[in-house]
Amino acid sequence: MKAPGIAQREAFGAALVEMADRHPEMVVLDPDVCSSTRTSLFRAAYPGRFYAMGIAEANAVCAAAGMASCGLVPWVSAFAVFLACRAADQIRVSVAHSGLPVKLNGSYGGLPSGRGGATHSAIEDLAVMRSMPGMTVLAPADAAEARAMAELAMAIPGPAYLRTMRCELPDLFGPAWRPELGRAVELAPGRDLAILAEGMMSARALEAAAILARGGISARVLHFGTIKPFDAEAASRAARDCGLLVTVENHARSGGLGSAACEAVAEASPCRVLRLGFPDAFLESGEDEAIFAKHGLTPGSIAASAKNALRDTEWRDACGSP
Amino acid sequence: MSEQIGVLQGSAGELEARARRLRRLILDTVHRAGMGHTGGSLSEVEILVALYFRVLRNIDPERPERPDRDRFILSKGHASAGLYAALALRGYFPESLLEGYDELGSPLQAHPDMGRAPGIDISTGSLGQGLSCGVGMALAAQLRPELGGFRTFVLLGDGELQEGQVWEAAEYAGALRLPGIVAVVDCNGVQLSAPTGPSLAPERIADRWRAFGWESSVVAGHDLGALVPALEAARHGAGSGPVALVARTVKGRGVSFMEGRCEWHGKAPNDEEYARAIGEVGG
Repeated sequence: MKAPGIAQREAFGAALVEMADRHPEMVVLDPDVCSSTRTSLFRAAYPGRFYAMGIAEANAVCAAAGMASCGLVPWVSAFAVFLACRAADQIRVSVAHSGLPVKLNGSYGGLPSGRGGATHSAIEDLAVMRSMPGMTVLAPADAAEARAMAELAMAIPGPAYLRTMRCELPDLFGPAWRPELGRAVELAPGRDLAILAEGMMSARALEAAAILARGGISARVLHFGTIKPFDAEAASRAARDCGLLVTVENHARSGGLGSAACEAVAEASPCRVLRLGFPDAFLESGEDEAIFAKHGLTPGSIAASAKNALRDTEWRDACGSP
Repeated sequence: MSEQIGVLQGSAGELEARARRLRRLILDTVHRAGMGHTGGSLSEVEILVALYFRVLRNIDPERPERPDRDRFILSKGHASAGLYAALALRGYFPESLLEGYDELGSPLQAHPDMGRAPGIDISTGSLGQGLSCGVGMALAAQLRPELGGFRTFVLLGDGELQEGQVWEAAEYAGALRLPGIVAVVDCNGVQLSAPTGPSLAPERIADRWRAFGWESSVVAGHDLGALVPALEAARHGAGSGPVALVARTVKGRGVSFMEGRCEWHGKAPNDEEYARAIGEVGG
């Protein structure tokens, strides 16, 4: 893996400060995690537009909805798991059903949870947020994309959920990168199989593709920075071109990227889809990389799983079995 | 001095006539729809009449989005029949719209939907969320002086106070001495399946608000002569901090066989019950 860049939470915190003068309607609400999510940077720069809401996510989300109904554009920045799960009903009713421009930052998305174990690992947030009508769901790959997607979220008239990571991540995109909403990005061309990845897993997918290439397997890598609206066309094109999709996500295998891909290709271009992610089980304490490794989410494991799936698919095709 | 928009003049007798009319419209609405929260709509009638015909400032049925208007949130969103009847009576839409209540395609959804009906300041329906939304509105009024320092009134049910989020909002606003917000509790003493019990007696509820740093008092919730000045005083008092008014009310008020009865929490009258009920309320 390349040398780590800066963490998405740092980029997000800096982006809020950077956008503040251009968006005087923007305010930030913090359920007492600002030093973790880095909205502390905004607090220091714009204390009059920063609201310390105490340890009360539900109140913070609905207060944000009330502010949004009066022309403000509030960010609620909290741990992903407590936004998506604890405040799910508040997001559903007061934000999504009302269609208000509340912007949600799910910090500490997925596994790298500061060694928080099962309760703090948000491996179902994408599933929950994807199920909310009218919600845009963003999963940036690196710091530059996190920053750009904070801008993108501000440009959306309705609510948005931006998932960011705590840990330092390798740089995939330069500072000039401007992602397009709802459009997957091809990080590497390929024809034997396609790896579809979200967020921080896209860098791992690229490394897995490099390993596969050394073994003579050509893997297309698609980065889905937008989970919703889902780029069904890119997934279906990959299914038609390659015949095997491997989805890789820092999330449970159900309800996130893998599910979105299956839904898309099942309707348009059915093909085999191998979903890599966390199982239907709670995570546990331990080093992040040890847990990723346990669940087959290192570049080497991803490559091995993809290779096995490709052999299996080719064997079945050769035998003519379903 | 020019009359402020939203504050209609009129004698106490006229307000009482509006309350009678509101009860009649509620009964018409839920009877026609065959559904609705009759008991909790009838208990909030005087509160709605006092707010929409006396207390709320700068509300304008011709311009329901007017930025400097006082806000109203029906946190007990299931009592929507009462709110819709009040909005119709106040001129936000014709009374005939009430005929489509809870029908497919109607702007008058079972629970208030700000995207569909005029005059709804925020969508509600999941109990416990309205006070937090009101806190957000009060914060916006504080941050943006161009909104004219509007007030936000939030109507909660007494049973709704069992939702923990209410007290998250109360704690936040009380600790901050947040100006601009008035909570009104429709304390009708009955929830879906049982009486609310002693812990939710009006004086105990008022004590709770005070413990959270709010000014609080109990008022007779069906006495317009007491309710209007109490709400006016709350509106004024909210200039320096949050105020909670606990309105002592009767579930199903105005219809003898509905008063204080759990069974009328979420039920509409049949033809015979409807005929008896409208005979009792007049309007």
